[in-house]
Amino acid sequence: MVELVDVAVLLLLCVTALAIIRQRNLFAAVMMTGIYSLLSAGLFVVMDAVDVAFTEAAVGAGISTVLMLGTLALVGHQEHKPKHRPILPLLVVVLTGGVLVYGTLDMPPFGDPDNPIHHHVAPHYLEESEHEIGIPNVVTSVLASYRGYDTMGETTVVFAAVVGVLLLLARGPGPRRVLVNGRWMTVAREEEPPELEGDAESGGSDAPEPRESDDG
Amino acid sequence: MDDRVILRVGAKILIPFILLFALYVQFHGDYGPGGGFQAGVIFAAGFILYALVYGLGTAKRALPPQAVYVCAALGVLIYAGVGFVTLGLGGEFLAYNVLAHDPEHGQEYGILFVELGVLITVFGSMVAFFYAFAGRRKIQT
Repeated sequence: MVELVDVAVLLLLCVTALAIIRQRNLFAAVMMTGIYSLLSAGLFVVMDAVDVAFTEAAVGAGISTVLMLGTLALVGHQEHKPKHRPILPLLVVVLTGGVLVYGTLDMPPFGDPDNPIHHHVAPHYLEESEHEIGIPNVVTSVLASYRGYDTMGETTVVFAAVVGVLLLLARGPGPRRVLVNGRWMTVAREEEPPELEGDAESGGSDAPEPRESDDG
Repeated sequence: MDDRVILRVGAKILIPFILLFALYVQFHGDYGPGGGFQAGVIFAAGFILYALVYGLGTAKRALPPQAVYVCAALGVLIYAGVGFVTLGLGGEFLAYNVLAHDPEHGQEYGILFVELGVLITVFGSMVAFFYAFAGRRKIQT
């Protein structure tokens, strides 16, 4: 019965992935990535990884779909026809997939209690969590207590991602300093920076007037 | 946006429940699936829904970008701060047993604060991502 659900969900995943590839309307493609994430979440539930499924449903189907839609609002809904035949990429993808499948042949069978992963620290976590940590959900006690360092690292990674995205995309909250023709200038928040190239002689008088800084 | 009455009223009804559900996921993480990451994302999703329906300007008035950036950093500080508190109390870094007289209570407090840090960082990050993406202007072609 569980195998039947597995096969059905995996088939739907494949269908969705193919549909995303075939789709030229990016809006529909984004919607289908949301469906893909939701199906993956279902697959994780079947595998008893409820916490992962939760995250996948919330992040994959929720937030990242919204971010993709935000991007679509900037770049338009229609994908251009590719100029070349995608034979080489197809070859690379098939080859990589084949190597990955070959790699899984050496892996221990899924869900086997004799697997090495179940004989390292997992028995200790499962048996002692009740007394050592005192909360019923072992996932939380592993995540937040036994593996507290890892989770701190993950939180820091999320923060680092924010810093990266803001550096790339966001316009700073306050006035910002831009380098124009070798001089630092302070530009107010909503103004466009003066043109970087061209008229060095005219001093960028046609651009919104940048306020020259005192300490420049 | 002003003519979409059903959308506005529907969102207004839904958003409190989404935020409440996020808090449930946060504080129920000890007993069921969920925790800081999921709760932060759901909380952010509720707020992003508000921003989508009522406009980015309204959302930024309700929650200025600076506050969001502070959130993203504050969560990491809370998390690491718990570690330094345990150090100060004579334990190891992020070993929560020393936080209370009873080790189990110490663990409970530790996990509570650590998950709170995760919630704040993830919420701040997701909203900051959304602000960064939605705040861009359309590329002139």
